[in-house]
This record gives sequence, C-alpha cells and structure tokens, in this order.
Amino acid sequence: MILDGKCPTGPIEKSWDKHRFDMKLVNPANKRKFKVLVVGTGLAGGAAAATLGELGYKVEAFCYQDSARRAHSIAAQGGINAAKNYHNDGDSVYRLFYDTIKGGDFRAREADVWRLAQVSNNIIDQCVAQGVPFAREYSGLLANRSFGGAQVSRTFYARGQTGQQLLLGAYQALSRQVKAGTVTLRPRTEMLDLVVVDGVAKGITVRNLVTGELESYWGDAVVLATGGYVNVFYLSTNAMGCSVTAAWKASKKGAYMANPCYTQIHPTCIPQSGDHQSKLTLMSESLRNDGRCWVPKRKEDCDKPAGEIAEEDRDYYLERKYPSFGNLAPRDIASRAAKEQCDDERGVGPGKRGVYLDYQSAIDRVGEDTIRERYGNLFDMYEKITDENAYKQPMRIYPAPHYSMGGLWVDYNCMSNVPGLFVLGEANFSVHGANRLGASALMQGLADGYFVIPYTIGNYLATVKPGEITTEHAEFAKSREEVQGRIDKLMNVNGKRSVSSFARALGKIMWENVGMARSEESLKEALQEIPKLREEFWQNVKVTGEKGQRNGQLEDAGRVADFLEFAEVMTTDALHRNESCGGHFRTEYQTDDGEAMRDDENFCYVAAWEYKGEGKAPELHKEPLKFENVKLAIRSYK
Amino acid sequence: MDLTLYVWRQNGPEDKGKLEQYEAKNVSPDSSFLEMLDEVNEELIHSGIEPIEFDNDCREGICGTCGCVVNGIPHGPQEKTTACQLHMRQFSDGDSLTLEPWRAKAFPVIKDLAVDRTALDNIIQAGGYTSAYTGEVGEANQTLISKPNADYAMDAAECIGCGACVAACPNGSAMLFTSAKIAQMAVLPQGEIEAAERVNNMTEAMLNAGFGNCTNHYECEAACPKGVSVKFIAKTNREYVKALAK
Amino acid sequence: MQMLQSSIGRKLVMAVTGLCLVGFIIVHLLGNSSIFIGADGINAYAEHLHALGPIVWIFRIVLLTIFGLHIFFGIQLTLENRAARPIDYNQKKNIRTSFGAETMIYTGLAILAFAVYHLFHFTMHLTNPEISVGALPLDALGRNDVFTMMVLSFQKFFISLIYMGAMVTLLLHLSHGVQSLFQTLGLLSSNTLPTMEKIGRAAAIVVFVGFVSIPVSILLGLIKV
Repeated sequence: MILDGKCPTGPIEKSWDKHRFDMKLVNPANKRKFKVLVVGTGLAGGAAAATLGELGYKVEAFCYQDSARRAHSIAAQGGINAAKNYHNDGDSVYRLFYDTIKGGDFRAREADVWRLAQVSNNIIDQCVAQGVPFAREYSGLLANRSFGGAQVSRTFYARGQTGQQLLLGAYQALSRQVKAGTVTLRPRTEMLDLVVVDGVAKGITVRNLVTGELESYWGDAVVLATGGYVNVFYLSTNAMGCSVTAAWKASKKGAYMANPCYTQIHPTCIPQSGDHQSKLTLMSESLRNDGRCWVPKRKEDCDKPAGEIAEEDRDYYLERKYPSFGNLAPRDIASRAAKEQCDDERGVGPGKRGVYLDYQSAIDRVGEDTIRERYGNLFDMYEKITDENAYKQPMRIYPAPHYSMGGLWVDYNCMSNVPGLFVLGEANFSVHGANRLGASALMQGLADGYFVIPYTIGNYLATVKPGEITTEHAEFAKSREEVQGRIDKLMNVNGKRSVSSFARALGKIMWENVGMARSEESLKEALQEIPKLREEFWQNVKVTGEKGQRNGQLEDAGRVADFLEFAEVMTTDALHRNESCGGHFRTEYQTDDGEAMRDDENFCYVAAWEYKGEGKAPELHKEPLKFENVKLAIRSYK
Repeated sequence: MDLTLYVWRQNGPEDKGKLEQYEAKNVSPDSSFLEMLDEVNEELIHSGIEPIEFDNDCREGICGTCGCVVNGIPHGPQEKTTACQLHMRQFSDGDSLTLEPWRAKAFPVIKDLAVDRTALDNIIQAGGYTSAYTGEVGEANQTLISKPNADYAMDAAECIGCGACVAACPNGSAMLFTSAKIAQMAVLPQGEIEAAERVNNMTEAMLNAGFGNCTNHYECEAACPKGVSVKFIAKTNREYVKALAK
Repeated sequence: MQMLQSSIGRKLVMAVTGLCLVGFIIVHLLGNSSIFIGADGINAYAEHLHALGPIVWIFRIVLLTIFGLHIFFGIQLTLENRAARPIDYNQKKNIRTSFGAETMIYTGLAILAFAVYHLFHFTMHLTNPEISVGALPLDALGRNDVFTMMVLSFQKFFISLIYMGAMVTLLLHLSHGVQSLFQTLGLLSSNTLPTMEKIGRAAAIVVFVGFVSIPVSILLGLIKV
C-alpha cells in the first residue's frame, strides 16, 4: 500500500499557516466534553497535556515514572535550536529547514521539517515566558552557541541541563493545569495495550505499577509520546525504563512502525568499564568543539599511557578524514569513524573499545581555566565515573546508542494510520529522517506538544462524538484479559534465567549485528538469533515477586518481551533498506573511501511496517518522499 | 571487593519492615552503587529471594528518581552526587552499608527503598509556575534579564526533585525544594508578578503535605546532589515578608 | 492571622521574638555587669529600674508576651517537625548541623525552667528568702542591697552551679539561634551566612562568658561582701 502523509500542497513557506486555517475547530464550550489520553510526560507529552488542558479539553496524563518531571528528556544536555538569527550570521527558517533535511540524509518529509523550523522560534518565546532560565549575555539578551553539524549559532541552552529546564517548564505548565482541574496525572502507570474499537483508537489498558492492578481508560483520542527504543541495544544512553512497549503495543493493534532501522549512535559517551555496566553515559557533543579525537597509529602502542605516545605516532583520524569539519563532523560520521579505528585494533582502554578525546592542545591554546569554565561539569562527571582526570590525560570516549529517528508512522497531523491515535516526539518518525542533528530533539518534542497537536487534534475531534465509547465497551474488557494473560504467562514460566540476562543477550545480538554498521550477513544472523532468544525467553525466564503489587522484575520482563518482538522488525527494516543513509550504515553500500552511499532511486521512501501476527513477516508499506524545495545531494562534510 | 549490606525490606506500605543482611561479593570498584544493587539482586533472584525494589531511571544523576539513605546520608557519602552516580570505589573492601528509604510522613514507603514523592508534585501544583498560556507570548528577547539574575535563577533551577533534602532534614522539611522554585521564579520578571501568591500557596502546600518546618539546620544543602544553596530559603523568607506587606 | 498558621509566618514570629529576647539578654548582661563596679554600681542600677515604676510593669508584660510567643511557637513547630518523621532512621548521620541546633527544644525548655527559678530566686524571693533583699539590711545609701544578695547567693556553690548550667544551655541555644534568626528574617546570602554563623557563635560565647563571670568571680572570691 502507498501511504499518504497528507501534507499540504502549495508553497512550503505558507504550508503550515494555510493548513492551520484549513483545519476544523472544536467549539470552546464543547472542548470539555472531549477526553484526551496522553501517554508519556516528557517534552512532547508534557507540553501536549499542558496545552490541551489550557484549551479546555479533559486530559489524563500517564507516565511510568513516579512524577511527570522525570522523563528522559531531562537528560538532554546541549541545547535547543531555533531560527532566531540573533547573531546575524545568516540563519533563517529556511536554513534550519535545509540543515535538518540534509542532516537527516534526505529521508524526512519536507513539510513536517518546514513546520518544525517555523515554530522553533515560538518555542523559545514560550519557554522564556515560563521562566526557563536560558543562558544570557551580559546585555541581558539570550545567549546562543553553535552545535555539531551547523554553521550558524542557533542553539539556546541552560548550562549543561537544557533538557531538564525545558522539561521542568512543561511540567510546571502541566502542574498549573492539574491545579486548574483540566489535567489528571496518573504517574506510576504503564500502558500495556491500546484499545481500538472499529479501527479507531479509543483508550488504553495500563498497569498500576504500585498496586499491580490493570486499569482501563477511555479517551476520544489517544496521544502517545513515549520516547524511543534504543534500549533494544541494552547498553544505551537512555534511562532504564525507556522501552518500545507503548509504541509496540500500538503497532500490534495496527499502527505502522516507520523506519525502525534509523537509530542514532552518539559519538561522545563514556566507554563501558565492565560487565556490571547497566547504561552508558553521554557527554555533551559540545566537548568536540575543543577536543581532538585520536588513536595510536600502531596497535602495539595501544596499551601505553596516552602521554607516552609521541605526537607523530597519533592518528587524528577525524581531522585526517574530514579536513573541513574535522572533529565537528556529524554524529553518525564521527561514531562510525571511531568504530573503524577500534575495528582496526587501534582502540584504547579496557576491551580496546575507546578512542581518545584530547584537550591538551586546547589547554595549551586557551588555558586550563577557560577549559574548566566551558566543560568543568562534564570533566567532573567523567572523573566521577572513570576516576580519571581529563585535564591531565585525554578522555576516552566511545559511541553509544542514543536516539531513534524511526518510530510510529504519522501523517502531517501527527496522527498514525489508526484514526484517533496521535504520536509525538521521539516516538514518531517524522522529522529527523535517517539522522538527527544535535539540539533538534528538544525542538521537535516541544514543537509537537505545544504547537502542532493542539491544532491537529481539534481537526480530528471535530469529526467524532465525545464520549461515544467508554470503558463499558467490550473491547476494554477484552484488552484487559489479553494483558492479564500475558502477565500470567510471564509469571508462570518460572525458568532459570533472569530478565536482565535476556536483555543483555538481546542487546549483544543487536549491537553486534544491527548496530553502527550492518551487513546483509549480520542482519540475517540477527534474524536467526532473535527468534531463538525469544523462544528461550518464554521457556526459561524467571520473574520473581507477585503480580498484585509493585514488581520491577515483572515490569522489566514485559519490556524485554516487547523488545524481543520489535527487534525483528527493526532488523527486517535494516535488511530491506539496501542503501546506507544517516544512522543506517550498510557495509555493502559505501563509497571507496568508506562514506555512506544512498540510493535515492530505489529507497527515497518511508518504510512503514504493518504487524501481521506472531511469527509472520511484517508487511511493508511505502510513503514516497518528494523533495520540491531541497535538491537531493550527496551529504558531504569533507 | 566484598561488602555487607543491611537493607530495609518492607513488603508494601502496610508492612512493618525490617533490615535484612545480604552479602555483596566481588563488587567492581568501577561499578556504580545501583549497579552493585543490580548484582546483589541477580544473586537474590538465583537464590529465590525477591530482589530489592529501588526507584531509578536515568542513572546519570539528573532525573531525580533514585536515592536511598546510605549509612545515614542521603545518596551516600560522596558530596553532590546522586546514588546512581556514586561509584563503589568510594567504599573499601569489608565495609558495611546500611540502606534505608527516605523517611518522612509525606513520603510513604511503597516497597523496600521506594517511596511515594507525590507530595513534591503537589507543592509545585500549588504555584510553582508562571501562568503563561501557550501561544503568542511576545518575543523572547523583549524581556531582558541580567546575567546575574539568570544565573541565580539557574542555580535554583538545578533542583532535581529527588527529595534528599527532606530525607536529610532533621525536621523532614521540604523547604529547600520549595524555596528553590520560589526563588527561581521570584528573580525573573516573568515570575515576579505572581511571587506573593506563589510563596503563600507553595509553603502552605508544603505544610499541608505533612512536611516539617525549616529550622535552619542546613542538612538539606549538605545532602543536595546538586548543591542547591540555602540562600534560596532566605530569599523565600524575604519573599514571604514582601507578600505580607502587600 | 494567616501568618500564625503558615510555616514561614510562625518562624518569623520565632525570629522576631528571638531577636527581642537576645536584645533583652544583652541589656540584662550589661546591667548585671555593674556588679563589677561594686555595691555602688549594681544597687544604683536596681534603684533606677525601680524608679521607672509602671514602665517596668509594661516592660515586664511585653517581655512576658514575647517570651510566651517564642515558647508557644517553639513547642508547636517542634511537635509538627517531629510528626513529619514518624518512623526514624536506624542510622542517620548529620553533616552540617550543630549540637546547638539539634537541641534547641531542650535548651529552650531548660532556659524556661531556669527563668522560672531565676524569678523565684531574685524577683519573688521564694527560694532562699533568708538572703533576699527583704531579709537583708539596706545599703549605706538606703537602697536595696542587691549586691549583697547576689554575692551571698553565688557563694552557695549549688546556686552558682544552677546558674552556670543554665548559661551553658543559653550558650547552646544562642549558638544556633542568633544566625538562624537572621536566616529566617531573610537577611543572609551564601556569602554572609558563614560569617553570620561565626558571629552568632561568638555572640553566644560573649553572653555566656559575661553571665558566668559573675558567679565565677564570686566563687573565686574576687567579688565579696
């Protein structure tokens, strides 16, 4: 089937404004009759719930965390882009649009990206009004910095905690609506099923994570803002609770999963120190502004302390390969280059999976104090984790899974192919194409939540009768039974292997075969291994505790079970896409000098996968991508 | 290294709970405190004992989910460090660690080391925001904010809402948490307008939630993983006086 | 009245009344120090106070009200604070606070008990009436002989011990109370807080040394009848 993204036609500059005007409105007096369920309270979900509450809809907001302030948006360090052109350096909505399309390796929809660039400015205005303490110049004006992959200064930031501050802004707006009575918060609940009635999303089934009870909630629309799925790799920069569960349950109820093979591997993370490791810690990309990446030229030098390796024996591989962008090459390129060096057995540190990020020349140039001022908190964090002083010896870094560009398929209105199911933020696939630029995730989450969904959901709700289907409907009971059945099944396996050992095993399969570089061979291997592991899981997993109370093991088991299913779709997508683009690098498709080779003729489309049942191959649907405002070009950072 | 753990086990809010002794063997000094607990839990699962429940999420010190009292100190002995960022090299072979949940009337125990911190959300809901609707709010640079004020607001906004201040306070007071938000907003022109109602409503919500009163022990600042200063409590007190004068 | 239910409002009452009480203590100390001038000094001081007549009574009522408020809210807040942690830790290490801060309610109650004794002793002459001004002859200038009363009292080791013990509790109470009241009044920043903590402790020591020097001097025989 050919999917239609329902993008507005006509000149792109007017597309969003025209579309906004064309959309239907809900009468203010009727809004309170509509109930909207928002799952996830990160930047996208929190902003959406707050704004929909302000508009007068009745909103229920769900999150698995203990508070709506804790979603993993909070961990974003670097900043948020906006095309304010405050520095008069030639920025514009068009340039932000262009950079995002190019950065995404021409695999995103033009109209969606244009809208994102257009509302980016409103986001900054909104956040300032909320009291977000952005960094300021001495003049009292907002400060900006430049960020990986961009040649203009358009990144707004709040120290190294931009995500935290933006999320708290949204959380506070949400809290205001809770007080106003328009929003009800349901923390410590996990969505375990989407309830679809006659093909339309009408509610969800959740597990109360405190009491263990299954609960049903109805809504005239369901908004998923449940984040990304890179925890499929087990070790990633995501929070421990991040999972594909909500999105996957929606997928099993008919929503298409789009481009799941597009995952971003972030280049500047702290390498793994041992088998005990539970997650990887990211350090802001801004570190690459002053640090120089290198590895020893000879593998026999790899065990020597960095200081004993002479300058001429060091290989500054990014500067060598990409003379014009050097250490500031985009994330996918920098990550792959690091992997190449380690594959060449020239990695450093435990397990030889690491490269140096060296500040010595920057310290010599501007002094240790300046470096401390710029990166002090990051150096402190590095020391806390590794016990090494990065002022005295180079940092060791290694790429880690960080973000998923793929996600549930949505049209221009952020609605999935299941009517009434909207998907926002990282959970959808829409704007980042095959690779996301730095400081764009925060922008997208807030754009979707504050400035897109409030309009587009109205357009949908204007066509439905409020409260037509409630939890009395038989589908809700059926859904609860299904969920209960799966929980009972998990509890009853009573095998020998712990849940986390399966998560690790799956992560290993995925990282080695579907990670930074993929080949037909490795992908086929993964497609053999995943079902085997899944089978073992359902025969040999041990879930302790009781289902009728808080049970972290049971929560994790459910998430791992979903990852074990989702991983297959992700791998299938990677195997079908016979090209390299952005975060998806197929070793068969590269240029002579090792760069990604796109195939616009055959793969310039969104791959949306329809779940066809257990053990059955998912069905591919395509949405062709048309580029009318940007010329398809080879993405070069040399 | 090997450690002896005394862990608070409480099977639900109604259970009385008690300390149980466990051994943590072969702990890597490079592992984090929570990773050490993960490994202990793996052992417990293998020996058929229910693993220890503890809240955690981001494991990079920013989400504010984790935290327990380690040998009498919230988040453990390392200054300005959350439990997830605390690394085992801070301890020595043979050490005994006593792990207890945050203890406060406003933080009922859910299970083992996990507590319910909804009370902190209630404080924010009472007024920890500006009443700005999403929409046309004016251009961001139209309101100038001096760098010192912006920095002051950011210092206050560093709070991660973990509740260590409450756990550390001999009075179980949430004054540092509450003040950090009041002070952040009070120093910004966007927040100043509602400052008087905010200080009244938020401190009232704090008291209603069952938190104690601040008597200036400053244990909160010492325990705060983000080093949020008690100067914000003084600022809040000033804001209260200003509100009285209105 | 909203203020008397709020957390900060009641703390402000504690701070303001505390500040008044500190002021009273300082004036009291200065007055008492006139004993070092000899009988002339302190008897004249006492005579002047009596000469104020009704003003003394107004002062006493105001002082009693302040003291009463301080005690009432001190107890109320402490009870609330205790209730905020119904189940205590098995192990709790305090890092930043002081012994003085942790024992405010106990030192406060001890000071209350002492104040009652002090009034019984020197004002109402209910304890040791044999050496009260009523029982002693007037001094050479026909004034109440407060000087002799004090010296004879403090020559009794047990009485001196009570007074000195009470001054230890006052020392502890003020060592936290002084800086705390400035913080509660919102007058401190992160720069001035450490200084005020030192000033507070220094002030507490000065008050302690000042008051204790009287019984000590008498016990040592430096001041005698």
